[in-house]
Amino acid sequence: MSQQNLEALDVGAIREEFPILQREFDNGEQLVYLDNAATTQTPDPVVDAMSDYYREYNANVHRGIHHLSQEASIAYEEAHDRVAEFIGADGREEIVFTKNTTEAENLVAYSWGLNELGPGDEIVLTEMEHHASLVTWQQIGKRTGAEVKYIRIDEDGRLDMDHASEIITDDTAMVSAVHVSNTLGTVNPVSDLVDIAHDHDALAFIDGAQAVPNRPVDVAAIDADFYAFSGHKMAGPTGIGALYGKKAILEDMQPYLYGGGMIRKVTFEDSTWDDLPWKFEPGTPQIAEAVGLVAAIDYLEEIGMERIEAHEEELARYAYEQLDAEPGIEIYGPEPGPERGGLVGFNLESVHAHDLASIMNDHAVAIRAGDHCTQPLHDKLGVAASARASFYIYNTKAEIDKLVAAIDDARQLFA
Amino acid sequence: MGLGSDMYRQQILDHYKNPRNYGELEDPTYTHIGENPMCGDEIRMDIDLADDGETIERVAFQGDGCAISQASASMLSGELVGKTLEELQEMDRDDVIDMLGVEVSPMRVKCAVLAEKVAQDGAEIYEGELDVEKTTTED
Repeated sequence: MSQQNLEALDVGAIREEFPILQREFDNGEQLVYLDNAATTQTPDPVVDAMSDYYREYNANVHRGIHHLSQEASIAYEEAHDRVAEFIGADGREEIVFTKNTTEAENLVAYSWGLNELGPGDEIVLTEMEHHASLVTWQQIGKRTGAEVKYIRIDEDGRLDMDHASEIITDDTAMVSAVHVSNTLGTVNPVSDLVDIAHDHDALAFIDGAQAVPNRPVDVAAIDADFYAFSGHKMAGPTGIGALYGKKAILEDMQPYLYGGGMIRKVTFEDSTWDDLPWKFEPGTPQIAEAVGLVAAIDYLEEIGMERIEAHEEELARYAYEQLDAEPGIEIYGPEPGPERGGLVGFNLESVHAHDLASIMNDHAVAIRAGDHCTQPLHDKLGVAASARASFYIYNTKAEIDKLVAAIDDARQLFA
Repeated sequence: MGLGSDMYRQQILDHYKNPRNYGELEDPTYTHIGENPMCGDEIRMDIDLADDGETIERVAFQGDGCAISQASASMLSGELVGKTLEELQEMDRDDVIDMLGVEVSPMRVKCAVLAEKVAQDGAEIYEGELDVEKTTTED
């Protein structure tokens, strides 16, 4: 694979741009941050870009005549262009800023789902969906009478594509799936899934929250009708995410949030909407966060998305192999390789994931423990909770060794 | 040899590994169940009162979940014997944390107090002052 030829990341230099990674706790232990699938840390260039915005050109957008408003407006609007370029969209008309991936799911569910779905229609999700899409479409199903179906996962945590072909039918109106599972780490064959959806004239929504941060994503190549991701999982700020939608589809959709900034003409009787994407962005938007998101994209592209993907795959492989060699560890999801993203979900026999995370915390190792917003998937796995270590550009194999040492400590405590 | 956690002192681990009063009571005065939905901790408490109708005489529990929730239930099952229902209702989370004898991090308090809440809600249901099927601790 071409990844073999990629130059490894200069993790030492990268870490210098994340001062938080130097943080030490009362017991003298230095932070080992392995909760990147929840949120990533923010490098100085991103913090600086947002700080520059507030120090130098903070103003409201769209409507100001004055100089600062023009600068802020241009920065905010061009942020859409930059995001479009980053994920292979045609232009700013196809990029709607939301507060996160969840809001992007809800935007489509409310604007498209509530208006287009009814009894007899089917929504197809996967058993590994995040609550962001699962709960949203489940509730839209209840309100519209549309039926929700789930594509099964196999024993290795991969989508059963035969089952997908079986349950995606001419009755299917929407297929919504995660690109990379936040619990299993599975990288799904999303363009195959989109093809199946399109064969039946269904739309496809891909949740890219765990994919955009760590691999090249081209929405045109995937041919998704909608694609969404969050800024804070990709070295950007919280409070901003993006919904990509094909222009023709977004044009036909009605806004579900109303207010200023999204209208063209308002009378006491009626209103008309502004152009895309503004008709979906009412009110004062997240301007500083848009500036920060652009800085994050610049930062990641400077490193190179292929190299980031290779780095994550290498760390995930190392973590998988180290954990797999430990007694009493059950790992969820596929084996290391291109079909696994940069995270490892696991349980240590007879130690509840929350106890494990607490003991890790005593070693200054930050991992996630709980249901990771995939409760039905955990039911399917037969566990109430799992532990998850997830990696990013600044993580090292030495940090994974600390994770494993902390697990050994937990095993001894509970022996 | 490990660093050991403030939250996982020997007493907690001992109660977790060797829970006291684990099981069911025959014909208890009341039984109640509870859970932390987010953690998956589950506790069932059986409580039997003395003939005076107010003093707790026997306690048993069953459960599944993290060490903090299960050790707390085990310790509470001993602590409650001899207390009146009124004394049970007067207990608060600080009493539970004192009983555990460790610092409980904020995110784990709901694990620590689950058993206490189950015992208290069960008593209220028994006295006709509450009507819930199951106790849940959210935060």
